[in-house]
Amino acid sequence: MRYSIWSLINQALTGNRNWTPVWREPEPKSHYDIVIVGGGGHGLATAFYLASRYGMKNIAVLEKGWIGSGNIGRNTTIVRSNYLLDGNEPFYEQSLQLWEGLEQDINYNAMMSQRGIINLYHSDAQRDSYVRRGNAMRLHGADAELLNQDQLRSLCPFLDYENARFPIMGGLLQKRAGTARHDAVAWGYARAADQRGVDIIQNCDVTDFLIKDGVCTGVETSKGTIRAGKIGVAVAGSTSRVMAKAGLRLPIESHVLQAFVTEGLKPVIPGVITFGAGHFYISQSDKGGLVFGGDIDGYNSYAQRGNLPVFEDVCEGGMAIMPMIGRARMLRNWGGIMDMSMDGSPIIDKTPIDQLYLNAGWCYGGFKATPASGLCFAHLLARDEPHKVASKLRLDRFRRGAMLDERGAGAQPNLH
Amino acid sequence: MIINHPHLGPRDASEFTILGDASLINRPDWQARDADDAFYNYQYLRDNPAGLHRELWFHEQGDRSWLVVTRDTVTHAVIAVALASDIAKAAKAKTAQKTAPKKVAAKKTAAKKAVIKRNAT
Repeated sequence: MRYSIWSLINQALTGNRNWTPVWREPEPKSHYDIVIVGGGGHGLATAFYLASRYGMKNIAVLEKGWIGSGNIGRNTTIVRSNYLLDGNEPFYEQSLQLWEGLEQDINYNAMMSQRGIINLYHSDAQRDSYVRRGNAMRLHGADAELLNQDQLRSLCPFLDYENARFPIMGGLLQKRAGTARHDAVAWGYARAADQRGVDIIQNCDVTDFLIKDGVCTGVETSKGTIRAGKIGVAVAGSTSRVMAKAGLRLPIESHVLQAFVTEGLKPVIPGVITFGAGHFYISQSDKGGLVFGGDIDGYNSYAQRGNLPVFEDVCEGGMAIMPMIGRARMLRNWGGIMDMSMDGSPIIDKTPIDQLYLNAGWCYGGFKATPASGLCFAHLLARDEPHKVASKLRLDRFRRGAMLDERGAGAQPNLH
Repeated sequence: MIINHPHLGPRDASEFTILGDASLINRPDWQARDADDAFYNYQYLRDNPAGLHRELWFHEQGDRSWLVVTRDTVTHAVIAVALASDIAKAAKAKTAQKTAPKKVAAKKTAAKKAVIKRNAT
């Protein structure tokens, strides 16, 4: 069923009795051309672009839990492309362009809302570095605008401009950035992929890889053996665990990142705002809740929940730039498991095992990358060569010393 | 998380910073033939287990000692805590014992031991 205003009216007039399931629930076949392990945003996007742009058929997505149960349903929904490095910025800009046409591509309302992101600066030196970043973004075709304090005041009068420790001097604005409804992205991609013949198999745990003479020919799963021409793995926080079954050690640690939501409030925050002197980012959801987050907890974790010191640290960051949120009540918080890479940038590449491909290392920036990650991984799986915007996101870059260290923090994942 | 410090008793984890996997104690020999590979493995690759994980914590806001904490990454339960210097010394003693009959090797580990002692102080 194609969604449109007419289908909505039609269903409304007939008592909403004729909606059909959003995707099928097929039994796995014994062989596929391509199997994607991991039914998160990236895995589903990969399957969708393989089917829609690369004309591939006979694809399956294997998901251990249910669609939307992982990080795609646990993030702070920010979409942006304000990166600095040559290896990153074109990739994220490609992603933002895909976001802009996503709802038409997948015929699903992902509530993409380009309300802008402002990175605050608090010193002259930081202003200079934002000028540099803004210029780098514009050179790659993204939009960036430097705001002085007066311009910022007219957009966000509620910020603590006179803060004694971190006075707010202005910000770097990317107008095309914004937020999207996170789990609608998962459902939309799943539905669009399913309509193009992709089998989405939920509750299907991959227990082992079938590897012979350095070639991967399929996977063992809780629903039986599935053979495949190519296998792509996109399992975020579980990457090390899954790839260990194929005998690979990776430059990845799994860490917990917490996110927080307050009670619903009237519209107060126009877009996304980030603190330049600490780690804090905030936006307001369409329901009115303030959605915010900060640093990862810093220790290896697979627990999907964090501890209170980071809770406190994040709230202090918020109070430093907008004291008005101090009286809002926190409704809930949760944690997700991030696949932190050693330089803070992702990996979309072949592995040393033939026919086995890897999409990982998203740190805590995976959501905004969903469309481009899917597109580039689909390109790699279909053509056996990296997409031009993902040509630097290689697994062997650590061995070659060609790191993409956006933060300049070195090989310590908990600092990225 | 509470870390039971061998000298100071139970301390809140927020007094510490974490460096990562305890295998970082075993710095490869930079003069070895395979030093390139060894340092790549040492610096970048991680086991990253779900379950028991030995890791290095630094008591930054305390006595500034390095600890090896065995922790469950699925539950965050702290299972065991030891001084990193004790563990490094024990490991060196073990290798020294193994290589004791060979004169040159013993000399080498003694020299390494001295280096570690210097670093520890």
